[in-house]
Amino acid sequence: MVDMVMAPPEMQVVYDYPDSLTDTPTSYCPGCTHGIAHRLVAEVLDELGLREQTVLVSPVGCSVFIYQYFNLDACVAPHGRAPAMATGIKRMLPNHIVFTYQGDGDLVSIGAAEILHAAARGEKITTIFINNAIYGMTGGQMAPTSLPGQKTTSSPTGRDIVSTGNPIRMSEVIAQLDGAAYIVRRSLHDVASIRKAKKAILTAFKVQMAGLGFSMVELLSSCPTNWGIAPETALEWIEQNMLPYYPVGDFKVRDDVKAL
Amino acid sequence: MTRELLKGNVAIAEAAVRAGLDAYFGYPITPQTELLEYLSQRMTDLGRVFLQAESEVAAINMVYGAAATGARVMTSSSSPGFSLMQEGMSYIAGSELPCVIVDVMRGGPGLGNIHPSQGDYFQVTRSAGHGDFHPIVLAPATVQEAVDFVTLAFDLADQYRHMVLIAADGQVGQMMEPAELPPMRDRNRPEPDYALTGAAGRERRVVHSLHMQADEEEAFNLKLQKKLKQIKKTEQRSIEYFTEDAELLVIGYGTAGRIAYTAVEAARERGIKVGLLRPQTLWPFPVQRISELADRASGCLVVEMNAGQMLEDVRLAIGGQIPVKFYGRMGGVVPMPDEILTAIEENYSRLQILV
Repeated sequence: MVDMVMAPPEMQVVYDYPDSLTDTPTSYCPGCTHGIAHRLVAEVLDELGLREQTVLVSPVGCSVFIYQYFNLDACVAPHGRAPAMATGIKRMLPNHIVFTYQGDGDLVSIGAAEILHAAARGEKITTIFINNAIYGMTGGQMAPTSLPGQKTTSSPTGRDIVSTGNPIRMSEVIAQLDGAAYIVRRSLHDVASIRKAKKAILTAFKVQMAGLGFSMVELLSSCPTNWGIAPETALEWIEQNMLPYYPVGDFKVRDDVKAL
Repeated sequence: MTRELLKGNVAIAEAAVRAGLDAYFGYPITPQTELLEYLSQRMTDLGRVFLQAESEVAAINMVYGAAATGARVMTSSSSPGFSLMQEGMSYIAGSELPCVIVDVMRGGPGLGNIHPSQGDYFQVTRSAGHGDFHPIVLAPATVQEAVDFVTLAFDLADQYRHMVLIAADGQVGQMMEPAELPPMRDRNRPEPDYALTGAAGRERRVVHSLHMQADEEEAFNLKLQKKLKQIKKTEQRSIEYFTEDAELLVIGYGTAGRIAYTAVEAARERGIKVGLLRPQTLWPFPVQRISELADRASGCLVVEMNAGQMLEDVRLAIGGQIPVKFYGRMGGVVPMPDEILTAIEENYSRLQILV
């Protein structure tokens, strides 16, 4: 059997783990797009040659274990505080690359103050923001980004915006801040979108390398387990339900970023 | 070296600079704000890191991040703001990172007021965040002692990879006294083996407080407790006055301890055999020395600017050997020496009846 999986000598390996990832099985559910987001970030870090000068700040949520999956110096912040922790790191290591990877509960709800002020300060960090409109790790509760009418374990009859308020479009909010240099939203629901997402992540890290200010890429992501639908249907759900409310687009691309 | 007239908060700030402070993150709150104000200029002039955070919650997490890079870091606050830092403090303890945190205590609970208090004793010695740990807590009574404790705090923090609190009350923070500052220390030191500096040419490092398996979390806790046990054994500190033949032992820390000294001195002039022990570490509490003194004394009087919090530690240390009484003022009221003298006289005469 071993012979069958080994590539003959004349063949080249064209697809492998990026150096920036470890060969560790993830804790993510089948069909979850965290794995895709991880891979894109790792490929970008490899391509820019940043692996050995990067510090990752993990959030609290499903991706709390991200420090196990990335082959980087890393730390785990309290829930929502990743941008503050990243600020402390970046101020001490101004020539290093520091990035946070945060979900919607972490970034939009409990950590709203920390992300807004990091962006307002023009903190030279990068944030990868995973928006799947639900709390994954705690088992599918309503998130600040859950859609109107969306059923969750804490909005069992559907999100009632009269009592729970409206979902927050955080990229659009942060784009208003002068310290924000590059704020975009992309989606992970199909191959073309994934390619565009990678390009945006590449730009976001280049913004940090150039010291231009705060950069963030929001990625619309799936959570089939807590949405209660099959993985494939979950990708369709992103397209049909999330995209109309959270349009992909560039909400802030400062002139100095365009010049990169 | 010459002595300078310095305000407590400013003296703490400059002492930190000289002890090798790499970064300060804080948020304004009375009565500690001068500390932050002073460092905003001083740190910038020196090309070091100063940042006014958006909240105490953010400030302590910036401390957490900077400490994770191996830096010497400090923050400061006062009671309500200190409460907000508890979350981050727990994570820092769980990650075994060194840092120094100054709490210039004010009246409470709630918003309370901005007057001097020792109402955070339980909070600083017991519940400085969730989970099983105690920070090291130093309690200065004078501006000079505050200066000296800052250097000690950074050294203990580095030595044990643990957080050190300076629990000063509003009086220590606000009053001006002559004090001698230490010389400027060299900030260069070898990179600590936990420091996140980018995994160049070495194994990657992770700073975290997460252990998903119960046995792993217990193993971490056992390691942490072992360290705390060592600290308890070697770091108890206190200072004594007139304790050699004391029949009544007065115990007070910080400003209350200092006022108690004036009262004890006056009582001695009246022929009362009273002595004072002033704890300098609130955690570890100087149980060993208190227990020794309790063997020789007939009674104990605890003086605090709260409802009787250290009182519980004193009773635990004395273990019922002698009666332990309490005199305290709350809400930002600072006791006058006369009040404490009266309490000393009353307790002393009661002891005479007992004898």
